[in-house]
Amino acid sequence: MEPTKYMNPYLAGFLLGLVLLLAIFVSGRGLGASGAIKSFGVYVVEKVAPEHAQNTKYYQEYSADHAGNPLKNWLVFEVLGVIIGAFISGLVSNRLDFKLEKGPKVQTNTVRIISAIIGGFLFGLGAQLGRGCTSGAALSGMAVFSTGGIITMFAIFGGAYAFAYFFRKLWL
Amino acid sequence: MGPLVPDIIPREIDLVFAFFIGIFFGYILEQAGFSTSKKLVGLFYGYDFTVLRVFFTAGLTAMVGIVILTHFGLLDMDYVYINPLFLKSAIIGGLIMGLGFVIGGFCPGTSVCAAAIGKIDAMFFVLGGFLGVIFFSETYSIWEGIYKASYLGNPQLFETLGISRELTAILFIVVAVVAFYFTTKLEKKLNPNEILDDTPKPYYKYILTGVVVLLILIPFLPDKKASLLKKVDDTNFILSQNIPMMTIDEFAYRIWDRDKKLIPVDLRSEKEYKQLQLPYSVNVQEFKQLFDKKLYRKINLRNNQLVFIANDELTEKKAAYIASQIGYKNIFILKKGMPEFIASYINFVPTKIDEHASKLVLDTYRFREMASKELPKIIEENKPKSVTNDKPKRVLGGC
Repeated sequence: MEPTKYMNPYLAGFLLGLVLLLAIFVSGRGLGASGAIKSFGVYVVEKVAPEHAQNTKYYQEYSADHAGNPLKNWLVFEVLGVIIGAFISGLVSNRLDFKLEKGPKVQTNTVRIISAIIGGFLFGLGAQLGRGCTSGAALSGMAVFSTGGIITMFAIFGGAYAFAYFFRKLWL
Repeated sequence: MGPLVPDIIPREIDLVFAFFIGIFFGYILEQAGFSTSKKLVGLFYGYDFTVLRVFFTAGLTAMVGIVILTHFGLLDMDYVYINPLFLKSAIIGGLIMGLGFVIGGFCPGTSVCAAAIGKIDAMFFVLGGFLGVIFFSETYSIWEGIYKASYLGNPQLFETLGISRELTAILFIVVAVVAFYFTTKLEKKLNPNEILDDTPKPYYKYILTGVVVLLILIPFLPDKKASLLKKVDDTNFILSQNIPMMTIDEFAYRIWDRDKKLIPVDLRSEKEYKQLQLPYSVNVQEFKQLFDKKLYRKINLRNNQLVFIANDELTEKKAAYIASQIGYKNIFILKKGMPEFIASYINFVPTKIDEHASKLVLDTYRFREMASKELPKIIEENKPKSVTNDKPKRVLGGC
């Protein structure tokens, strides 16, 4: 079966905005994503190398701010939901498929895999510095009028536009 | 009222709620087409502006909702996570993320979403993100300086710009509509053959106009706080209200009894309050302080009895009425007010009493005589040693 068409972007945006508003109204916080990756990273390091975690400043500061198991975290539960929600959406719209997508001029899968890893790596690093990613800093920050979130939003999209030219061969 | 966690919804259930919020988040992202890197980077090469449309519409919807909820007192932004502003790291971090975006083709949320429907490139992006986080943690000493530099608090844009919330939201809407208009033109130019189903339908105009009109009108609509504060000016209305009273003798007995559940809400001036600060009391000098969520959380506990005390019963009744309307429970006012209490207990003057008076009068006199000796001691020993300053505690959020 053919995949169904995507939802109208304005309708999708409106619904997404309502979900974000609900999160703020109920939990007092917006959506996020990279925070869950961070919690998972801290969890892995604490399990694999507990001594190292105890002696490293960042993990000390993290556990001072976040008591208990790093996985018992709002964003971790939210991202588990994202996986299931996206899966359901892919299922009902016939988009479930193992597929590696790349730009038309990218010759090998290796190039795409390496660029995906590098991109993810940079995003992970940048999200730590910026205290949030596109969801947690830019989108949720804009909704609550956070000056910090809005500055990060401009930096993300501004940066992407500034660097886009140099990586056009990956996509065009 | 909001945020509902932790007062109305316990923290454990909050995690379950997060899971369901995530399901909707993931479902909508996928339905909007955020599960393919081609669509996402289209934003940066001008051939597909879906991301811009979804992103801005979502942000604006939530923003307008917040303006409305805040205005009508349904959401207290003092308890909502506002991303802090560390200027340096916000910009540098953002630029690094932008670089990662054009190289990797995803952002963290969309990569999780795409990985969930089987996109292999997205799975590698998630792996990269994980490595990036670990790298940051392991090399934290390099970043710490930038990470903590130029901290400017948790400002909100309307404060930074010095304009109203509503006007800020309108400015965002204007920017968004202009951006939607021009990007759609550009998109059609670069992509003449493919019709991306996003031509704004005519009724969008009406929705948009409605929202802007609403934002303009909101500052003129009475909020609950203003209307309650106005209502108590009507003396006859307040006098007609039936609020339970506590006699000064019961009040004195409970203080003597060191009853921690008895919370005097002292409406007198700061000076008068400091002269006679009753145990467990709070000082509320202006009625509007009753709307403070911090106060509400502190004193509106189960089994607490709140006794509003002032120099006259009318003031007590006004404050008690406001409190009863905004969710305070177990409210009393002090019969005859503080002057009577002070005259009978604090400034007790022994008088000759007719021995043939009724038993009640004699008992009351004896009680007051004894209590007047004990109460000052209890009041003295309960005086706060230091001034506590508890700022509102925001939820720890962010990414």
